[in-house]
Amino acid sequence: MSAATASMPLTSKWDVWSWINGWSIGAAIVSAIVIVPIATVIFIGLTPNDDIWSHLASTVLPLYIATTLQLMIGVGLGTLVIGVGTAWLVSMCRFPGKRIFEWALLLPLAVPAYVIAYVYTDIFEFAGPIQSLLREAFGWTSKKEYWFPEIRSLGGAISMMTLVLYPYVYLLSRAAFMEQSVCMLEASRVLGRSPLRSFFSVALPLARPAIVVGISLVLMETLNDFGTVDFFAVSTFTLGIYDVWLNMNNVAGAAQLATTLLGFVTFLVLVERFARRKQRFHNMTAKYTALPGYELEGTRGYLATICCALPIVFGFIVPAGVLTGLAVLHFDSSTNADIFRFAGNSVMLSGLAAALAVAIGTFMAYAVRLGRGRLLGVLVRFASMGYAVPGAVLAVGVLVSLGALDNGIDGFMRENIGISSGLLFSGTIVAVTIGYLVRFLALAFGTVEASLGKITSSMDGAARSLGHGPLSTFRRIHLPLIRGSVLAASILVFVDSMKELPMTVILRPFNFHTLATYVHQFASDEQLGEASLAALAIVCFGILPVIVLSFAITRSRPGSPVEVQVS
Amino acid sequence: MKNTLYKFALAALFVGTASVVSAAEVNLYSERQPFLMAPLLQAFTKETGIEVNMVYLKTGMVERLKAEGVNSPADLVLTSDIGNLQNLVAAGVVRQTKSKVLESNIPAQFRHPEGLWYGLTTRARVIYAHKERVKLGKITSYDDLADPKFKGRVCTRSGKHAYNVSLLAWIIASQGEDAAKAWAKGVKTNLARKPQGNDRAQVKAVFQGECDVALGNTYYMGLMQTNEKDPEQKDWAASVRVIFPNQSGSGTHVNISGAAATQNGKNPENAIKLIEFLSQDAAQKLYAEGNFEYPVKAGAAVHPVVASWGKFKADSVFISKIAEHRTRATRIMDEVGYNN
Repeated sequence: MSAATASMPLTSKWDVWSWINGWSIGAAIVSAIVIVPIATVIFIGLTPNDDIWSHLASTVLPLYIATTLQLMIGVGLGTLVIGVGTAWLVSMCRFPGKRIFEWALLLPLAVPAYVIAYVYTDIFEFAGPIQSLLREAFGWTSKKEYWFPEIRSLGGAISMMTLVLYPYVYLLSRAAFMEQSVCMLEASRVLGRSPLRSFFSVALPLARPAIVVGISLVLMETLNDFGTVDFFAVSTFTLGIYDVWLNMNNVAGAAQLATTLLGFVTFLVLVERFARRKQRFHNMTAKYTALPGYELEGTRGYLATICCALPIVFGFIVPAGVLTGLAVLHFDSSTNADIFRFAGNSVMLSGLAAALAVAIGTFMAYAVRLGRGRLLGVLVRFASMGYAVPGAVLAVGVLVSLGALDNGIDGFMRENIGISSGLLFSGTIVAVTIGYLVRFLALAFGTVEASLGKITSSMDGAARSLGHGPLSTFRRIHLPLIRGSVLAASILVFVDSMKELPMTVILRPFNFHTLATYVHQFASDEQLGEASLAALAIVCFGILPVIVLSFAITRSRPGSPVEVQVS
Repeated sequence: MKNTLYKFALAALFVGTASVVSAAEVNLYSERQPFLMAPLLQAFTKETGIEVNMVYLKTGMVERLKAEGVNSPADLVLTSDIGNLQNLVAAGVVRQTKSKVLESNIPAQFRHPEGLWYGLTTRARVIYAHKERVKLGKITSYDDLADPKFKGRVCTRSGKHAYNVSLLAWIIASQGEDAAKAWAKGVKTNLARKPQGNDRAQVKAVFQGECDVALGNTYYMGLMQTNEKDPEQKDWAASVRVIFPNQSGSGTHVNISGAAATQNGKNPENAIKLIEFLSQDAAQKLYAEGNFEYPVKAGAAVHPVVASWGKFKADSVFISKIAEHRTRATRIMDEVGYNN
């Protein structure tokens, strides 16, 4: 096994004094701020309301739970196989097209799930080109004469989400494979294991924390998805939350359901951490030579090419192609002039959110590493749970907490100074940015923490004993080593913010559009044609950083500032 | 000295960040899409000089107004469903307004008796029946959708969509809970496929032969009949006939899109001006043309496409009861497993 034995913590886990330092206090304060909106959702659930549980339990709750679990298992397995499989192929093997696949495999990340769902429904539904062609070819006239998989179904939802979410797993496992020391793999090979067995017994277990982060991000995204499951009429738990909130007019009941969802995710995270509680995942050697680049020849090479090409074709090329076609068909220069302004808003907000989330996420991850206090760990982890709450519900948490803050300040100002400060944050881009931060902190924190975990603490010890403080150690030792993951984290937050919809809609200022909200006003009426150019713009603006990221990861391999691949 | 300076700095900060309220503006939270409202709002600004600021807010409007409290910048709201107007009233976030113009333009059944909200357009929830496969006169009421003769021939969107929830709430109001539940169960049994898609997709399904009758809002028919960019939709529309249900009974279920002035708005006069503007002939015509809805004002021009579907009797009795029955309607959808 690869996992080394636990290194001794420097201090006892419950020693209060050990975590009282600038880093820990700072991290605790930041966490507390981020926790407020999440806690507000829980609090809303405690306000008086009609009981929904007995009704739900006797009617649709079992269905919600069963559907949601199937969706999670399906998407989890799908993204695991595609994400890890392709990451391993492009990181460790050589085959035709590998250099293109390295970055192209990330492209579906830029496609919002609700957009891909829309595109594929048009293609695969009864009236779509494929079924029409089949009917024509075989002379069928009605639906009853043949069987064809229903796109608007659980299976359809699993396929759509897998196609756009696998890049999370790909990205993180590839970064992990790149950060691994080949010496460990070579040791395994020298000891007589085949490349495949070395993968399963050395590389995969070593990459586990990163893969787990990837899968948990995918699952959280799956859990809080509304657009796709609503469009496909798949009765998930999240759809139930919206139903209770909007149709039964019971926001407290919805908050209770959301809290239950949060509890479930917390439980999953705890189980996974418990399962690897005694393991550490440091590379035991600092020797980095070029990655092996197993040559896949002949059929095997082409097979690898096909395996890597399929997710790109279905996750990116087809939807982007359909959108381009629609954009040409619906091109209208008068309305499309605004798209640049909306794109500017999207890029500005997403950039801001990415910078903030990564700075705070890295700070928190490093503070946890320094402090080793369990309390701080719990606090920080809870702060990154916003990702598991459906966006619109979390937005209500932000609304209510910011509203209380603004009105509190206003009341204070009126009383003491005699002027009204009005709403300072509510309904501004600050509110939207806070929303993104609360929602996407998990992406940044999880990615950076997994990466930091691979650096052995003896490195910290060495730097500290040579007289460097925590900050200097971080700057000179850790940051260069986790550079790739920090970049990965910022791009993930950026791209997710570009696609973000429910929070932007609810929290934004007057007369303010992002590309996503612009698409939404049409897509909510199933008129994607009118919004196809904006949808395409989301994809395009998402692609650029994704490609930058891919090159950065290739270069980020420790021990070799220049390109390491031999092609 | 220091204290004064501190206060001054704080005051400067707040003046800088708080939204500056000028006399000639009005702030709008709208459930109706910006692309739909833009021509109307531009016409309003052109006529009055009052700038309109808008947030398109499909979910969370009540929550946002409540959270912003006394400092809320919104002067009025627009909704696309009467249930949401009634929810705003229940949440106490709208204010009573009095206006002679509104009282004369908007018939009493389309506005709140105490002036808490005003209806601006209506849309009917109708039955779309295939022109050949369903003989004229074979389907005349919502009840027919639940009749066994339509087994395997009905298409609808999700039972949890606001339009279907409102329809079921309306049936509860007019016929009682038991009848409504039996109806929902009957329609569920008759469904040709699991509920999915929007209203337009149901007509498409009828066109393609997946089903023979469907439920939908009237304006989708207009949007399809005139769709130049996607002419295929004209074929879908041409395959069906618009049937206004319950003409021999209480009348067809209609829903209202409307407006209300908010409790804490800073420009209440401008809010009323905008609602008044939207209730006048010119705006009613624009509204009706933009989205093929029925104007509330008597005598306001109806789009020729809309007129081509014929005149009908709309229910005006049970419409006010929709909001109070929505929770129950949603639960009935769960109980009969409508979407399962």
